[in-house]
Amino acid sequence: MSNKVLIPTPLRPYAGKQDVLEVDGKTVGELLANLTSQYADLRKHLYTEEGRLRGFVNVYVNDDDIRYLDREQTLLKPGDTISIVPSVAGGAGPVVAEPRTAPPLSNEEVQRYSRHLIMPEVGMDGQQKLKAARVLCIGAGGLGSPVAMYLAAAGVGTLGMIDFDVVDFSNLQRQIIHGTPDVGRLKLQSANDRIQAINPNVQVECYETALSSQNALELFEPYDIIVDGTDNFPTRYLVNDACVLLGKPNVYGSIFRFEGQASVFATKDGPCYRCLYPEPPPPGLVPSCAEGGVLGVLPGIVGTIQATEAIKLIIGVGEPLIGRFLIFDALRMRFRELRLRRDPECPVCGDRPTVRELINYEQFCGVAPEAQTSAPATVEETTVEELKRRFDAGDDTFLLDVREPQEYQICTIPRSTLIPLGDLPSRLSELEGRRNIVVHCKSGVRSAKAVKLLREAGFVDAVNLQGGILDWIDRIDPSLPKY
Amino acid sequence: MTLELSEPIREAIRRHGQAAYPHECCGALIGRGARVTEAVTLPNTTDEEPRRRFLVSAADYRLAERLAAESDRELVGFYHSHPDHPARPSQHDLAHAWPFFAYVILSVRRGEPAELTAWRLRDDRSTFDAVPVVA
Repeated sequence: MSNKVLIPTPLRPYAGKQDVLEVDGKTVGELLANLTSQYADLRKHLYTEEGRLRGFVNVYVNDDDIRYLDREQTLLKPGDTISIVPSVAGGAGPVVAEPRTAPPLSNEEVQRYSRHLIMPEVGMDGQQKLKAARVLCIGAGGLGSPVAMYLAAAGVGTLGMIDFDVVDFSNLQRQIIHGTPDVGRLKLQSANDRIQAINPNVQVECYETALSSQNALELFEPYDIIVDGTDNFPTRYLVNDACVLLGKPNVYGSIFRFEGQASVFATKDGPCYRCLYPEPPPPGLVPSCAEGGVLGVLPGIVGTIQATEAIKLIIGVGEPLIGRFLIFDALRMRFRELRLRRDPECPVCGDRPTVRELINYEQFCGVAPEAQTSAPATVEETTVEELKRRFDAGDDTFLLDVREPQEYQICTIPRSTLIPLGDLPSRLSELEGRRNIVVHCKSGVRSAKAVKLLREAGFVDAVNLQGGILDWIDRIDPSLPKY
Repeated sequence: MTLELSEPIREAIRRHGQAAYPHECCGALIGRGARVTEAVTLPNTTDEEPRRRFLVSAADYRLAERLAAESDRELVGFYHSHPDHPARPSQHDLAHAWPFFAYVILSVRRGEPAELTAWRLRDDRSTFDAVPVVA
């Protein structure tokens, strides 16, 4: 007994280019077995390697899906028509690795890269490797600026950039990919324009998003190398763990004040960031660049080290910064190097890893909102409008500024008295007899600590100025400079 | 081998991708040989996350084949969009790919249509090869 089988368009080349075949079989399963023994090339498209019908292959007997009949055991009657109906599906996600072929260089590119091409360590092979390479740069800020600009100039074919921030005046002192006219623009747009101006051969892929445990693996997947230009611990651990899980090198750099660090983590057999720092520092112990400042050229030095390492990894020359932790001190102009080994006990890259998927890194670093809810009750606060009203009414409010002297020199709220937070415990006597103390700093974090300290010392009516001097400038006196 | 997609057809795909954003859109490409003469919009019937997945139902697939056969053309392939993702085939696309078909992918970034690429599955199912798109 034979039945008609309708072959869908994509499978016709494997079925003698026919759209209808006559095939024998008592059941659907038997008929498909006969079909694929007659046309062997059909097999891999209809069945998985384990011999099960693929999930996206639908088989219909007349107008009924066999899933609602007896599946492959469905009995066939003479005259039944069997249709193989593809379900067409797909979607965005980790992309398929394309086979890398060495892309040829145009005459313009040969001219552009001639100073590379004449060095035997790079040559045509190395330059083609650069062109085929895909590098993801996390952050288009201080470190991201030199990394992206030099990698683009060097001829890296595809440059991914993740950032969601907008260019601010305070970025321009070090983030040289952005210029004064870019203030207020998305960093990604500004960076993309600059990269295209440097080298239009570079394909830039912009991701305007915050890197998270939910999107990191997917974002990293299409890239060969990840360059970490982030400025906070949760993201740093996230980048490290995602790189280890995906087996992609993490070209690490960090900067603070006058000191920089660089290394290459998460290579095969090499150590990772967690082998060096298994646990993050307690929140608040290590200040950010926004709080502690940074020398403008420092990210230039550390970022170009990262770009150098990325290029070396792509071309496969020299001694990469794997298992070595470079520390740079700009004040003394000294480089130091620490030896690093992969820690067999490392929770991520060790022999018995306990972290096998991305976790909640805010919580891990102790900066999660959940962790804060268990903290003591929030301090009493007041607003800049209320402070202005009190000043105008001429009451006896005492405004205490707990910032550093160099910040005080930039701008001050009138009638404030400066006692830096660090000096406050030893200078409490200067506040004897003061009532209605309002404490402020730049944004309200340090002054909250000061209020807690003052209340414990008996100044029970001390309150914190919400939003600090930044709010004062925004809402009361825009003539003051913001920093 | 190239894929011939005229500007009006590309524009129709871009408009569909833009309208469906942030969800993925999908549709059938009907034509002759490597020349697409019509893009037929189809509903995305996925019951997973439609921002990252698309599914053409079996009924819609049969409709597309019928439309092609009735006008003496053939089903050349399918298109779909990748909202805020590059126009490159995903692992998911590979797992569900059919041979012979041209797969056109449109990237839609922040609601705006971006690059459009075309791909064909390798015969051994190992990967996709890029297909140059011509007007």
